[in-house]
Amino acid sequence: MTEDPHTAVDSEAIRLRLGDTHGATMWRSLDEIGETSAFGDYLTQQFPRFANQFQVDRREFLKLMSASLALAGLGACTREPQEKILPYVKAPQGAVAGEPRFFATATTLGGFAMGVLVESNMGRPTKVEGNPMHPASLGSTDTLTQASVLGLWDPDRSQVVTRKGQISTWENFSSALGRQLIGLARKQGEGLRILTETVTSPTLAAQLQALLARYPKAQWHQYDPINRDNVYDGTRMAFGEALDVRYRLDKARTILSLDADFLGAGNARVRAARDFAQGRGAGGRAAMPNRLYAVASSPSLTSAFADHCVALRAGDVENAALRIAKLLDLPVVAPDAVVGVAEDWLAACVRDLQASRGASLVVAGEAQPPFVHALAHRINHALGNVGVTVTYSEPVVADPANQGESLRALVRDIAAHAVDTLIVIGGNPVYCAPADVRFGDGLLGVPLTVRLGLYEDETSARCQWHLPATHALEAWSDARAYDGTVTLMQPLIAPLYAGRSAHELLAMLGGGTLRSGYDIMRDYWQEKLGADFERGWSTALREGVVTGTALPEKTVTTRGDLPAHGPAGPAGADDSSLELIFTPDPSVWDGSFANNAWLQELPRPLTKLTWDNAALVAPALAKRLSLQNEDVVELTCRGRTLAAPVWIVPGQADGVVSVSLGYGRTRAGRVGNGHGFDAYALRPSDAPWFSRGLQIRKTGKKYPLATTQHHHAMDGRDLVRVATVAEFDQNPQAASGPRHATIPIGTLYSPFKYDGYAWGMAINLGACIGCNACTIACQAENNIPVVGKAEVARGREMHWIRVDRYYEGSAHAPRTHFQPVPCMQCERAPCEVVCPTEASVHDSEGLNVQVYNRCVGTRFCSNNCPYKVRRFNFFQYADENTESLKAQRNPEVTVRMRGVMEKCSYCIQRIANGRIEADKAGRRIRDGEVVTACQAVCPTQAISFGDLNDPASRVKALKASPLDYALLGELNTRPRTTYLAKLTNPNPDLKES
Amino acid sequence: MAQVFQPRLILSLKLGALVVLTLSAVAVLAWRISIAPHPAIGSPVEQVVPFSHVHHVGEVGLDCRYCHASVEQSAFAGIPPTHTCMTCHSQLFTDAPMLAPVVKSFESGAPLQWNRVHDLPDFVYFNHSIHIAKGVGCATCHGPVNRMPLIWRTASLEMQWCLECHRAPERHIRPLDKVFDLNWQPAGDQLALGKRLVEAYRIHTASLTDCSICHR
Repeated sequence: MTEDPHTAVDSEAIRLRLGDTHGATMWRSLDEIGETSAFGDYLTQQFPRFANQFQVDRREFLKLMSASLALAGLGACTREPQEKILPYVKAPQGAVAGEPRFFATATTLGGFAMGVLVESNMGRPTKVEGNPMHPASLGSTDTLTQASVLGLWDPDRSQVVTRKGQISTWENFSSALGRQLIGLARKQGEGLRILTETVTSPTLAAQLQALLARYPKAQWHQYDPINRDNVYDGTRMAFGEALDVRYRLDKARTILSLDADFLGAGNARVRAARDFAQGRGAGGRAAMPNRLYAVASSPSLTSAFADHCVALRAGDVENAALRIAKLLDLPVVAPDAVVGVAEDWLAACVRDLQASRGASLVVAGEAQPPFVHALAHRINHALGNVGVTVTYSEPVVADPANQGESLRALVRDIAAHAVDTLIVIGGNPVYCAPADVRFGDGLLGVPLTVRLGLYEDETSARCQWHLPATHALEAWSDARAYDGTVTLMQPLIAPLYAGRSAHELLAMLGGGTLRSGYDIMRDYWQEKLGADFERGWSTALREGVVTGTALPEKTVTTRGDLPAHGPAGPAGADDSSLELIFTPDPSVWDGSFANNAWLQELPRPLTKLTWDNAALVAPALAKRLSLQNEDVVELTCRGRTLAAPVWIVPGQADGVVSVSLGYGRTRAGRVGNGHGFDAYALRPSDAPWFSRGLQIRKTGKKYPLATTQHHHAMDGRDLVRVATVAEFDQNPQAASGPRHATIPIGTLYSPFKYDGYAWGMAINLGACIGCNACTIACQAENNIPVVGKAEVARGREMHWIRVDRYYEGSAHAPRTHFQPVPCMQCERAPCEVVCPTEASVHDSEGLNVQVYNRCVGTRFCSNNCPYKVRRFNFFQYADENTESLKAQRNPEVTVRMRGVMEKCSYCIQRIANGRIEADKAGRRIRDGEVVTACQAVCPTQAISFGDLNDPASRVKALKASPLDYALLGELNTRPRTTYLAKLTNPNPDLKES
Repeated sequence: MAQVFQPRLILSLKLGALVVLTLSAVAVLAWRISIAPHPAIGSPVEQVVPFSHVHHVGEVGLDCRYCHASVEQSAFAGIPPTHTCMTCHSQLFTDAPMLAPVVKSFESGAPLQWNRVHDLPDFVYFNHSIHIAKGVGCATCHGPVNRMPLIWRTASLEMQWCLECHRAPERHIRPLDKVFDLNWQPAGDQLALGKRLVEAYRIHTASLTDCSICHR
């Protein structure tokens, strides 16, 4: 390969092509609009970079072939092994052999619970679904929750107790702890410190309180690198107490996000997405669709969906908020104008907010300082939103103390030798503490350090004892959702390794004796549930929620002494300097998911990068500093320096470099080690989210990044269709365009008849927020392998449903659109007619079936597929050797081998099961009975699936919508998957800048 | 012109070719034998406990579903838990040496390990419950198990054999109340009965040969 397609961005050409025009042209990447020659080459190759994979001459080839033929011959001589059947000794209650069962439990992120139903196949948890009864889920989940099941089976999890790196036992630890406890008891626990992540578990909180009562001089510290300090400090500033804030996005008509990513990262993100889509009017023209304004420093799922978005440096958001408050006549000292935001933008936004008084909403981002939060509360109060679109409750977390401060206090005490026993439960503070805190340094001086963790990671390496922790799906626990609702978490499987839960470790600390997590939980809830305990307990376990545990709404009164401007005063002093911002990584989050291969390979929603993070910069900044993608730069901020590759992101605020946390792990495991760079190395504790004064220096080096943004491009066609609500009202066909699907075009092939079922799918682009949950749910359901960074770079990722990201408009402030693309299941499928072995065939229900045992791997089908949705196993991608990974696989789906083509099957295993159940009962499958994995997981319910022969089915109704259009319908493929064009709701007063 | 090949050379070439042909024929045969499903049709499979269907089904008269309990609900017919064996054998033949593995399993909690007799390739998704629900008798595929002291296979289980019924189910299906009757024989014309039952049980014959019916 001569030239990498990503590097040859011709900024001049981009400027010329996009310049000042506002055409409705859609583009996928800067390379594309730059029309670089390398990109052209890239598109013309079906599987780019394949040519230079093998550079073998004829002799070499013959040698290789003869060797492999000989091996193949030998391989065929082995007999199929005798299979064994191992029945239960005593069958579990209610189990039907061979049938999956679902158990309600929860997974947590930053302490907050997401209610889930976990599928168990003969005792093996294989798939996570949302729990429809849980307020944070309502039946949907997100990428991190979907991938948690792979975390359970991760072969790199820690499996034994170790002491100073040597294998030890729980008994040894127990006696060592016992000796230490005698001393601690004598001095009332002085010197005992417990460091946890955010705790919402009522049982764990009670255990910690009991422990602190037993050892009054002991202290409990909390630290999560991605925490809600600003939220709690904001309510402290506004109301004088720490409160949790809840948003009712379904009731909000006008929403303003102040650098908040409530759709992608908040503690109620899945629920927020559902509510937001409902307010938007999913699946058609709502009577009163909501309108979203966003101020964003770096593009997020929320800002990408916004009807109006301005890119602003994170530190300037405060000024924008002040300006808005001023326009609402609040008593604040505001600048006359905000650099970067046009005054009429703010004025139009304020008019809209006022027009929908009582049904508007201002949300401040978790990275914004407390003052911006307080300001948002004040604005919401002034707009009469409190009690309607925003409500308050007592904190959901057990202790809303400032976590940054809590960690700093601990490190101070360690340095002062005031700590002699440190118990670190979960988290990975050595890796993820801010750079200036230097948590790891003092640890070696603490007489006894104990670490309970899933992995033997950076923190374990610095602690004397490492104890293997149980996974969330292995242990009894409980956790609260964003609104306080408690879920009793039940184990799906006994601990795979000798793990124990935090509850069990705390019990050891408290009494020295070992108690099971089950007993601890039952004891706690016996007290809470009272007389009818057994019934309450089993109901809560079955439903996945403890009824009546949601925290009640709290009436708040605003403090009179609110400051009129932020602590720094009206900003603007060092306006020219660059700003460095830290963001959670959409895939590895704070680094705790680093060893999860599904998440590593999942293209990030906006950058479409895999396996790495990058320093994201705006096109304008890249041009000024003559940076190109993959250029390694040195970022220097407040005396700390880090080298990172650059990635140019349209829509990024000029003057902002954003880096995502969670990469550069050294002890994550075989999957996570050595990818990306560690942004914690730059993170200061006093400004954990953004700071100014960043300097960039080009090193002249390159670091290859694997992105999927050009892969499978369907060049230059009318793929994503968008209209504004106003345009739609004038002409309902404005968005969908001519109805290609209904244009009668002849065909050489005889048509199929669909007498029974005719499966179809409708994907509502107006609801898709691009979160990728569908991609990973599909991966979990259909045993889709990961291929690794090098293979992704060759365009060989295996995802059956990809989410294409398109930009529209200028590179500076583009509108962003997402389009999930699974197999279209064409009625006149180009793939079927070219398969020489009839491995790609049509079935009587309209599915294009891929028959793996017939496929010989010619790849003709993939070559002939206009949608580029077929995936080929170039190598043995599916891991057939790792025992624990075998247990994760869905037994209903074939594990494909090398040389086989595969693609979306509309979750044919779910259809088959639905058909069998209906047939046994002598009825037809009901609408909504068969739910595909992507449909089930979708937080905004953008995907509908059903029988087109059923006149009452939801999918049939959606396809009758004037918004319905077929992707590349002009090719006469008659796809069964069609799209609903996206309706945006911009303010008619605001012309796009 | 002189002969290119000497007669002796020609003879040895011919003999050599014969040897190669014979060897390759033998190789093909050996290969066929090696890939044939094992154990072969009609050869009984040894088990950890010499469980006799002749005794339990033929003589005692246990219903199939007493042990294969999930056959009506699940893809998998189910192999009984040790506890099911012990419902009787905690009282009967408790000391019989041939039952020792069962008692041991019951006491130790370690499952019995049975050898699979009917083993389909992993890319085939067979479901017992739908076949039972549509009138395919146990004996149609498994043969007269009430006369088998140790179980053996009576059908090839190859795709062609499956298709033979999927193409024309009327040749094999029986009334639902006779599904578990191992001795049932059609009283009259099976084809006429089968056609009636296909109608009555709403069997969609058109889709039964779709690849997606069995392969996923």
